[in-house]
Amino acid sequence: MNVFLMFSDRDYQIEQELPPNTDALIQDLELNTLFNAMALGDSFLLNMSQRAILCSLSDAKEIAYRQGILNDCLNNAEIVRELYRIPLLAIESKKKSWLGVFSQYPSGILSDARQMLEMFLVFLRFLRQIADDHAGKFHSQGFKRFFSMIQEELNDEYLSILTSHLKELSFNEGVLLSVELGKGNEGTNYILNRRFHKKQSWVEKLFSSKKKEYSYTIAPRDHHGARALGSLRNRGVNLIANAVAQSAEHIDSFFNALMVELSFYIGALNLSEKLAELGEPISFPQPAPSNERCLSFEGLYDICLALTMDQRVVGNDLQADHKELVMITGANQGGKSTFLRSIGIAQIMMQSGMFVPAESFNGNLCERIFTHYKREEDSTMESGKLDEELSRMSDIIDDLSPNSMLLFNESFAATNEREGSEIARQIINALIEQHISIFFVTHLFELANGFYDLEMENAIFLVAERKNNTERTFKMVEGRPLHTSYGIDIYRKVFN
Amino acid sequence: MVFQSILFCKDEYRVEENKDASPHFLDDLNLDQIIDVVTKSKEDYHLKPIFNTPLSDIETIYYRQAVMQDMQEAPLMEEIKNFASQMIIVRRYLGLMERLDYHYHIRGWFLEAVLVYCEAINTLEHGLGKMELRSTGLIEFYKYLSNFVHGHAFKMLLSHALSVKKALSNVKYSIVIKDGKFTVRNYEDETDYSSEIQNFFNKFKQTESKDYRMKLDRQSGMNHIEAIILDFVTRLYPETFASLDQFFIQHKNFVDETIRVFDREIQFYISYLEFINPLRKKGLDFCYPQVNAASPQIHAKETFDLALASILLRSDKKVICNDFFLEEPERIIIVSGPNQGGKTTFARMFGQLHYLASLGCPVPGKCASLSLFDRIFTHFEKEEDIRNLRGKLQDDLLRIHNILDQATPHSILILNEIFSSTTLQDAVFLSKEILAKVISLEILCIWVTFIDELSTLSEKTISMVSTVMPENPVLRTFKIIRQPADGLAYALSIAKKHRLTYTQIKERLYS
Repeated sequence: MNVFLMFSDRDYQIEQELPPNTDALIQDLELNTLFNAMALGDSFLLNMSQRAILCSLSDAKEIAYRQGILNDCLNNAEIVRELYRIPLLAIESKKKSWLGVFSQYPSGILSDARQMLEMFLVFLRFLRQIADDHAGKFHSQGFKRFFSMIQEELNDEYLSILTSHLKELSFNEGVLLSVELGKGNEGTNYILNRRFHKKQSWVEKLFSSKKKEYSYTIAPRDHHGARALGSLRNRGVNLIANAVAQSAEHIDSFFNALMVELSFYIGALNLSEKLAELGEPISFPQPAPSNERCLSFEGLYDICLALTMDQRVVGNDLQADHKELVMITGANQGGKSTFLRSIGIAQIMMQSGMFVPAESFNGNLCERIFTHYKREEDSTMESGKLDEELSRMSDIIDDLSPNSMLLFNESFAATNEREGSEIARQIINALIEQHISIFFVTHLFELANGFYDLEMENAIFLVAERKNNTERTFKMVEGRPLHTSYGIDIYRKVFN
Repeated sequence: MVFQSILFCKDEYRVEENKDASPHFLDDLNLDQIIDVVTKSKEDYHLKPIFNTPLSDIETIYYRQAVMQDMQEAPLMEEIKNFASQMIIVRRYLGLMERLDYHYHIRGWFLEAVLVYCEAINTLEHGLGKMELRSTGLIEFYKYLSNFVHGHAFKMLLSHALSVKKALSNVKYSIVIKDGKFTVRNYEDETDYSSEIQNFFNKFKQTESKDYRMKLDRQSGMNHIEAIILDFVTRLYPETFASLDQFFIQHKNFVDETIRVFDREIQFYISYLEFINPLRKKGLDFCYPQVNAASPQIHAKETFDLALASILLRSDKKVICNDFFLEEPERIIIVSGPNQGGKTTFARMFGQLHYLASLGCPVPGKCASLSLFDRIFTHFEKEEDIRNLRGKLQDDLLRIHNILDQATPHSILILNEIFSSTTLQDAVFLSKEILAKVISLEILCIWVTFIDELSTLSEKTISMVSTVMPENPVLRTFKIIRQPADGLAYALSIAKKHRLTYTQIKERLYS
C-alpha cells in the first residue's frame, strides 16, 4: 500500500539530502517567510514544506500530478484536513502508549506489538470510512488512486481476519513449537505453529490418547527451571514477535508516509488561505521544457513581501521569451531586488508543484536554481570581500549543470567598476554559452551597457521605473541601462 | 619415501620443540620482533620453536624453499587455509566436549567434530588433486593423503558419521508450553504461524523494517530443562540415539597423527608468507636465496631490514634498499659513515638475511646468494650494568674473547660500535688487534665502526659507508654504499649543520 501523493510512481523520500546551495537560496529569496506561512508554527510542517519546496521537480508531468492533487485539496479543504488528522492521531497514540519503543524480550515485544495493532485497527477503520464517504469528490489521478486503494486493501473481509488474528495472538492456550535437532543435539529451528482448531471426534481422541507424549511440570521452587522454560518460550515466540512487531511497524510506517505526503498539501492549503485573505491572486503555471527559454507573466508579486507587509503588493508584468540574459538596472529602492526575488520564488514554487503568486505565469523549467547575492562584510576578516564572492562563485560553478537558473544581485561590486565589470562579463559570457539562464541585478553601468551595445537577441534589459518627479513605481520596464542609479535622489530625500 | 614431515626431508633433523627462548643474537638482530609478529596470529600452533631452529642442512633448506614456493600460489594457499580453519573447528568441538554435562549433548558434538574432520580432509584431498604441485614435500604429502582418503578406515568413518547425522536431522518434535508445564510429542504437520502473520500485514510495508528478533544464539550449552526435553526426545527416537552411542565407541580416536602434524607444520609457511605479503604489495622484493656451504662469494641486491620494513608498513615512509657483495678473498665488511645513516640497520639486515635463509624462507631482496653458517655471533653495544663489577671495557673484551673462542670459518660475526667506551687511541689499537684475529679465523664478519681505517688493513676487508645528500649534507639517504671511507666529508657535513665551517663562522662573526 503506497500513498503515492507526491509522485505517481514512487514513495516520497524524506531522507534525501537537500541541494548544497540550500542555505544561500533560503537566505537570498527570504524563503523562511514562505515556509512559516505554510507551517503556521508546526515544526513538522515547516520541515516538510522546506523539503518539498527545495527539492525541485524537473519533469512537467510530475509537476502536473501534484498540481492536480493540490487543486483537489483547494476544493475539498476540510476533508483533506480530516484525512491528515488520522495519521497524526495514530502516531500520537502510539507515542503515548508505548513511548515509541517495545520491551526487549520476545514475549514482551509480542504483547506490546499486539496491543499496538489493536489501536491501529481503529484508525484503519477511520481511513476506510473517509474513503467510503468522500472518494467521489476527488478528481485528480493521485487521489482517485489513493481512495480506491484504501477501499480495496482494507475491505471488510480483511478487517475481520485482522480482528481474529489479534485474538489468537494472545495465546491463551499456550504456545505450540516445533523443534529440530541441531549441532550437539541442541534444539534448533524453533518455529511457532498454529494449533488445529477443528473439533476432534471421540474416535480421534481415543486414537490420539495413545500417542507418545511426555510432560514435565516445573517444581514451584525451581526458579532456575522456570527461567529456563521462559527463555525457551522466548526462543519459540521470537519469530512471531518479530512478525507482529514488524507488522505494527509496517502500519506505523504507512501512517507516517501518509502524514509526510499530505503535509506538503496542508502547507499549501495554509498558504492559499492566507493569500486569499490578503486578496492576492494565485495561478497554476504550465511549465515548458528546460531546454526552451520562455518567461512571461502578469501580476507577478513577491509573495514574501506580501506576507511580511501583510497586504497586497505591486505586481509586475514581463514578456521575456527566448531570453537567456535578463539584466536589471535602475533606481535604488526601485524594486529591483524584490523583482528578482519574485522571479526566483515563482520558479521554485512552480517546480515544487505548487501554484505561483501571479495572475498568470509561464516559464520554462530549469535544472537547478542558484543565487549569488552580495553579502555583508565577512566579520572574521579571513578573506577579502571580492575573494569571498569569487569563492562562492566558484562553488556554484562546481555544482552547475546546463539549463540551470542563476540569480545575481549586485555581485562583484566589491572592487572598482572596471574590474568588477570585467570579471562579471567573463563569467556571464561563459555561462550563457553553457545555456544558463541569467538574471543580473547590478549597478555596474559598464557591465550592463557593454552587453546592451552588443544587441544580443537573447538578452533583455529592464530598468526600475522612475517617474520624473522621482517617484518610484516599483515597476520594471524595458530600457537602456542608465548611468546613474539616482542615489542622489535618496540622498536628497534623506537630507531634506 | 613415506611422507613424514612438511618441514624436514630427512629423519635425523627435528625441531627442538622446547626451544621457546630465543638465543640472544635474535634479539640484537631484531629477529625476535619478526618472529613475534609472524607467529602472533598463530599462537595455538606453537610455531616459535620452528622459527628458533635454524637448519644446518642445505638439502632441507631447499626442501622448504620448494614448499614455500608452492605455497605462494593463491589457490593452494586458500585450500590449505580452508583446511586449517576446519581443523580449528574440529579441535574446538573436541575441547567443548570436555566441558559438557549431558550424555547425548557430548556425543552430539563428537559427531560434529568427526563430520567437520572428514569434510576437511575430503576437501583438501580433492583440492590438492587439482593443483600442479612442484615441491617434493607437498607431492609426497598429497600421495599420503590420497591413500588415506581412499583407505577403508576413512571411508567407514565417513559413511557411518553421515548415516547417524542423517537420522538425527530427521528428528522433529513439538513442545507445548503453558505456564509452568511443558509437553514433548511428535510433530504433526502444524503450520508456521509467523510467516502467515508476516504475509497478512505485508501490504502496509513502506520500507525495510527493524529486525525485532532477539539474538538468542547463545554459546553452546544445555540447561537442565533442555536436558529433560532431550531425554524425552530420545524416548521418542530410541534407535537413532542408540546408533549415536555405537558410533562414539567405535571411533573414539579418529584424528590421523601425520595429518595432525602436517596441519601444524604447514602453518610455518603460511605465517611467513602472510607476514611478507603486505610488504610485497608495497613493491618490496623477496627472493629465494642460493645457500652455499663453502663458496666465499655472497651477494644480495635491493635488500632491506625486514623488522624495520614491517614497522614502516604502517606509515608512509619509504623503505630504503641496499646492496652488498663479497668476492674472494673478501670476508669482512667495515661499515662507517654519518650517524643515524642506517649503519646498524644494515648490519642487522646482513644477519637477518642469513638467518631467514637458513630457515628456508624467502629473504628481502631481488636476488641473493648467502652463506650457510654454523653459528651467528653478535656484539651490540649494551647498557652498562652496574652489578657488573668488571667495567664495560673489560666486559666487552671478555665477550669478544668468548666469541672468538667458539667461532669457526663457518660462523657469522656481527659487531656494532664496540669499544666506544674507551679513548680513541685505545679503540683503534683494540679494534686492530681484534680484526687481526677475525681475519686469521676467516670468519664472515660485518663490523660497524667509526674507525674507518679498519677497512684498509687487509685484502679481506672492504669498506661500505652511509651516505648523505650531496646538496644538503644534513639529510641522510640511508643508502650504504661500497666505497672507500671518507672521514673528511663526514666531519664537514657535521660542521655545516652546526654552522661552523670557515665561511659560516666568518659570516656569523661579521653579521
